[in-house]
Amino acid sequence: MLSPGILVPAVLNGLLTGAVYALVALGLTLIYGVLHIINFAHGALLTAAMFAAFFAHRLLGLDPYIAALILTPLFFAIGYGLQRCVIGPASHGEDRNYLLVTLGLAVVIENALLYAFRADTRTVTLDYAFDVIQFGPAFLAVPRVMAFAAVIVVAVALWLFMRLSDTGKAIRAVAREKLGAELAGIEVAHIYAVTFGLGTACLAIAACLLIPTYYVNPQAGNAFVLIAFTIVVLGGMGSVVGALIGGLLVGVVESLSGLYLGESLGQIGIFIVFILVLLLRPTGLFGQPVL
Amino acid sequence: MRAIAPVLLVIALLACVPVVTASNLVLNFLVTTLLLALLGQAWNVLGGYGGQYSFGHAAFFGTGAYVSAILQVRFGMNAWLAFGIGIAAGAFVGAVIGALCFRSGLRGSYFALVTLAFAEVLRIIASVAPITGAGVGTLIPLDLRPEAFQFQSRAPFYWIMLAVVAVSLVLVRLLEKSRFGAWLVAVRENEDAASALGIDAFRIKLAAMTISAAIAAAAGGFYAQYFLFVDAGIAYGPRVSVEALLAAIIGGLATVFGPLLGAIAIKTLGELTKLIAGDAPGLDLVVYGAMLIMVVAFAPRGIAGLLTELRDRFGRGVAPVPA
Repeated sequence: MLSPGILVPAVLNGLLTGAVYALVALGLTLIYGVLHIINFAHGALLTAAMFAAFFAHRLLGLDPYIAALILTPLFFAIGYGLQRCVIGPASHGEDRNYLLVTLGLAVVIENALLYAFRADTRTVTLDYAFDVIQFGPAFLAVPRVMAFAAVIVVAVALWLFMRLSDTGKAIRAVAREKLGAELAGIEVAHIYAVTFGLGTACLAIAACLLIPTYYVNPQAGNAFVLIAFTIVVLGGMGSVVGALIGGLLVGVVESLSGLYLGESLGQIGIFIVFILVLLLRPTGLFGQPVL
Repeated sequence: MRAIAPVLLVIALLACVPVVTASNLVLNFLVTTLLLALLGQAWNVLGGYGGQYSFGHAAFFGTGAYVSAILQVRFGMNAWLAFGIGIAAGAFVGAVIGALCFRSGLRGSYFALVTLAFAEVLRIIASVAPITGAGVGTLIPLDLRPEAFQFQSRAPFYWIMLAVVAVSLVLVRLLEKSRFGAWLVAVRENEDAASALGIDAFRIKLAAMTISAAIAAAAGGFYAQYFLFVDAGIAYGPRVSVEALLAAIIGGLATVFGPLLGAIAIKTLGELTKLIAGDAPGLDLVVYGAMLIMVVAFAPRGIAGLLTELRDRFGRGVAPVPA
C-alpha cells in the first residue's frame, strides 16, 4: 500500500484538488480577515457560479476557461452589490446579524437554484476533459493541472494587488485598524464591499476551474465550503498564506484518507479534523490570535 | 400564577380548535406549527436568552427522533418510554457538544460553525450506519393504540402537542423570572463582566444548551411519532437547524411567545407560497430566507417586538402582549 507507484499519484492528485480548495478558502479568509465575519453564503455563491459556468457553456457555447473572463468581473459586481446593498445595511454592524444575514442569503440562493433547476445533477462535456499528462508514475488530468496553475497565478496576482495597488493597501489598512483607516479618509463601506467582491470573484474562478471535471447541482458548492471552512480554520482565520498551505494540505489528507479509509469515512475525516482544530487550536496552525 | 396567566389563556383558546373543526388539513397544519414552535422555543432558550447562536439544532432534533424510533423498531420498546429516552439522549448530545464548545471558549461564529459541523457529522453517520436503516431510513410500524403513542385521529396528537408546547411556554416564562434566567441573560450581554461578578458562565451556558437540546429532542420524538418515519436528511438535515432559528428570530428573540408567533408566521407563509406557486421544492425556503434577512434588517425584535411597539403606541384598550 505504501509503494511510491500508488502514493505519489495520490499525493499529486491531492495537491491538484487542494489547489481549488485553497482558492475557495482564499475568498473566505479574505472576507474574514477584513470584515471579521464568516460568510455563510460562500457555498451558495460557489454553487451559483458553477451554474453560471455551466450555462455559459450550454447556452452560449463558452469554454469554461473563457467564461472565467466574464464571470469573474460579474461575480465581483454581485459580491460588491450584496455587501453594499444587503449584508452591510441589514446587519447594522453587529456580528450576530452578519451570521444570520449571510445564512439567510445562503438559504435564498441555494433554494432559488433548487427551484429553478431542480435537484438534477448536470455535467459539462468537453473534448479535453479526459486528456492526461504523465508525470513520473502519475497520470494527471489536464483540466486539473490547468486548475492548479491557474490558482497559483490568481494567488500571486491577488498578493501583488494587495501589496502594490492603492485599493489593496486600503483593504489591508481596514483589516488592521478600521477606525484609523476611516480617519485617514478610506471609505470603509466601499472597502468592505470590494473585499466581499474579491472573495466572490475567487469563487467564480474556482467554479470555472471545477466545472470541466466536476458536476453541478444546487448543493454542489456546500461540499467545498465545509472543506474551505476547515482550511481557513486550520490556516488561521484571515491568513492568506495559511489558506493556500492549508488548502493543499487538506487536499492531500483527503486524497490519502480516501485511499486508505474509503470515500464516506474520508468525508467524516474532514469534519473531525475541523472540529478538533476549532476545539483545540482555534487560532489555526499558522495564525495569529483571532477574535 | 400571575406570571403564567397569559400563557394559560392562549393555550386554552388553542385547545378549543378541534372542537370547532375536525378537518385533517387544519389539524395537520396546527400540529406541524406547534412542532416548529417547540423547536423554535428550544433554540430560543439557548440563542435568545443565552445569546449562543447554534446552526446545528438538527443534531438534537435528529437524535430525539432517531433514538425514539430505533428503540421501538429494533428493541421493541414501548413508544412512550422510547420517547422519554429520546429526550434524554438529545439532552446528553447537547451537553457533550456544549461542554466541548464552551470548555474551548468558542463564541459567536465559531460556535455556529462547530454546531453546524456536529449536525453534519451525525447526518453522515446516520446515512451510512446500519442501525439507523442507513439510506432507507427507519419506518415505525403502524399501531394505532394510545399505548403505542399513535392515535386514530389527529385531535389527541394535537392536544398532546399543545400540552407540551404549553409546558415549554410555562418553563420559559419561569426561566425568564428565575435567577438562572437572569444569569443567562447576563452572560449573553457581557460574559466577561458576568464572570467577574462570580457567575459560572460555563455552567450556565451548558445548562441552557442541555435544556435547549432536550426540548429540541422532544420535538424530534414527536416528529417521528407523528410521521412514523425518520431518515438522515429529515432528522439531521440543515433544514431543521434553519427552521429552528427562523421561528425564534422571526417571532422575537428572548420572548416567551416569540417562537410560537414565529412558527405561525412561517407556516402560514409556507402554505400561502404553496397556494400561489404550487408545491415546488425550495420555494418556501427562499421565502423563509428572505424573511430572515428582512427581520434582521427591519425588525430585530421580531413579531413580538412589533406587537409590543403597537401596544405602546396605541396603548389603552388593547390587550397586553406579554413580552
